[in-house]
Amino acid sequence: MLKRQHLPVFVTICLLIVMFAAGSFRYTGFFSPQVLLNLLIDNAFLIIVAVGMTFVIVSGGIDLSVGSMIALTTMISATLVQHLGWPPFVVIPLVLLIGSCFGWMMGAIIHYFKIQPFIVTLAGMFLARGLCYVISINTITIDNAFYTSAAQTKIYFPGGYFISISVIIALFVVVGASYLAHYTRFGRNTYALGGSEQSALLMGLPVARTKILVYAFSGLCSAMAGVVFTFYMLSGYGLHAVGLELDAIAAVVIGGTLLTGGVGYVAGTFFGVLIQGVIQTIISFEGTLSSWWTKIVIGLLLFLFIVLQKLFSTRRTTHKA
Amino acid sequence: MTKHHLFYPLVMLAALLLFNLIYSPDFFSIQMRNGQLYGSLIDILNFGAPLILVSIGMTLVIATKGIDLSVGSIVAISGAIACLTISRSADQSALQLVLFVVFISLIISVAFGLWNGLLVSGFGIQPIIATLILMVAGRGIAQLITGGQIITVSSSSYKYIGAGSLALLPFSIFIVAAMLLIALFITRKTALGLFIESVGCNPEASRLTGIRSKIVMLAVYMFCGLCAGIAGLILSSNVSSADGNNAGLWYELDAILAVVIGGTSLNGGRFYLMGTVIGALIIQTLTTTIYVIGVRPEITLVVKAFVVLIVCLVQSEAFRKAIVHRWRTRRYPLEREVKRHA
Repeated sequence: MLKRQHLPVFVTICLLIVMFAAGSFRYTGFFSPQVLLNLLIDNAFLIIVAVGMTFVIVSGGIDLSVGSMIALTTMISATLVQHLGWPPFVVIPLVLLIGSCFGWMMGAIIHYFKIQPFIVTLAGMFLARGLCYVISINTITIDNAFYTSAAQTKIYFPGGYFISISVIIALFVVVGASYLAHYTRFGRNTYALGGSEQSALLMGLPVARTKILVYAFSGLCSAMAGVVFTFYMLSGYGLHAVGLELDAIAAVVIGGTLLTGGVGYVAGTFFGVLIQGVIQTIISFEGTLSSWWTKIVIGLLLFLFIVLQKLFSTRRTTHKA
Repeated sequence: MTKHHLFYPLVMLAALLLFNLIYSPDFFSIQMRNGQLYGSLIDILNFGAPLILVSIGMTLVIATKGIDLSVGSIVAISGAIACLTISRSADQSALQLVLFVVFISLIISVAFGLWNGLLVSGFGIQPIIATLILMVAGRGIAQLITGGQIITVSSSSYKYIGAGSLALLPFSIFIVAAMLLIALFITRKTALGLFIESVGCNPEASRLTGIRSKIVMLAVYMFCGLCAGIAGLILSSNVSSADGNNAGLWYELDAILAVVIGGTSLNGGRFYLMGTVIGALIIQTLTTTIYVIGVRPEITLVVKAFVVLIVCLVQSEAFRKAIVHRWRTRRYPLEREVKRHA
């Protein structure tokens, strides 16, 4: 039946359903497939970032640089496309490469110099955000034909409901990452690393390669989220996605990933992002409530889920003993 | 002499000041105006006061192997509560009112510290995550209090906290000095400092030797909340307004940076309060320097990033060994350790 380790994800899904149902009862026009699809459209970039973050947290680390990396990606894409006239099919692979290299470097520093991930990615965050301003302190609007068409293309379902290209990319990332996490050697190494680095090393797993690749993957995901974000905003700006790293961490935690590492699901993270989306939608439907309630509610949810996780993990250790 | 823990931070600070002296010779000039001293050096102390305070609290938290991400939010909340209460009352300059406001703000800041401490020591949640909750929710609470606006007050007695002067010097410097002396006295002249170091090294072992590690942790987080609360009062009183959105933004990161520059290891244990103060002064001087030489202030972030990395690399034993051994083996240090034990 339902395994204990699946319980947090199960709770997350139930919470999502309850919140959506509550919203539907309370507000007219809330219960429509388009509202649900809009959750995906508006949070596509957050889903992609949070998937990368899931891998990092499962491996026992943390990545604070993702929000800045998104801003840097939008900035680089905007300059290259808009000011230098580079074609998008060159720019997009290039920024993905830059993102991966950035993550790879942070991973290498974390691993080889044994500096805490928190500090290294913090430096990465400062660096990426600062580089944005080195490029320009102003917004660069993009009016390139490829980007505008990517932003405006709608994929219709029967009944007139639609999603954007970004949603397709995000869903593809979720499915791909789930496969990567649960059915590949890299995924299993990541879980083992998060469970216990020492044991992973003694088992003969490639600890160095796995750890560095996890951060490189997170960098790749944030660059990809940056590309999607560029479609969404059609501009490059150094203040894009400020504080997004916290949203991503919150989504991962609400999705049932254990912060000590070793336990977690990509699918849970997906639902964690959707819960944040539902909160925002409810608040926008309420109208009178302001955006700061989002932060307070997310804080409360974070607290709830962390206490929940704590209860489960302590019970599990007492079982062993 | 190079072995002393303050050596490298002091060299760094001296180098920064020397650079400033060469770049603009009147950097060290201090003038007398309206019964108060003015000059770049005084400015560094005055504007750096909130950061120094927050960093002092952060040092003790880091000494217990913790971290407090919520200080920036507490700074914002404390200023917001104070300014809201003052702006609601009839006589804004009344001394009684200001004292009451300061009291209330500090009580609430300590209560937030208590909450963090309870989560960390009572529930046993990782400090990064436990304080992350308040970092996210606290910013929302601050915005809720100010209604998302900037609350301005016109209270001369409240303004004194951050912008007043005592004996020719800004009053905020005296607040910082007082807090620093209190922290130094408690940690160096009583056994509490030893307890904090012991809890940071191993909470379980110190509990077994009879130290109430949970109480120590609780006290440290409350002290950190208090420091952040005072910093919030200074910051908001200096500009006579509270901004729930931006007050204290990124303070947690600057404070952690100051602590690390000061030589305190993030792994807990031994801590250096004076090192932290110098670290905070280095950060403030760096910011001022960047303004003085006319580089775009946004580039501060890039400079800070490299400073963080360099400081951490120098502290990292693996890095120092790597320089010495020129990468004799490219293996992971743990791997070598395992080999040695096997």
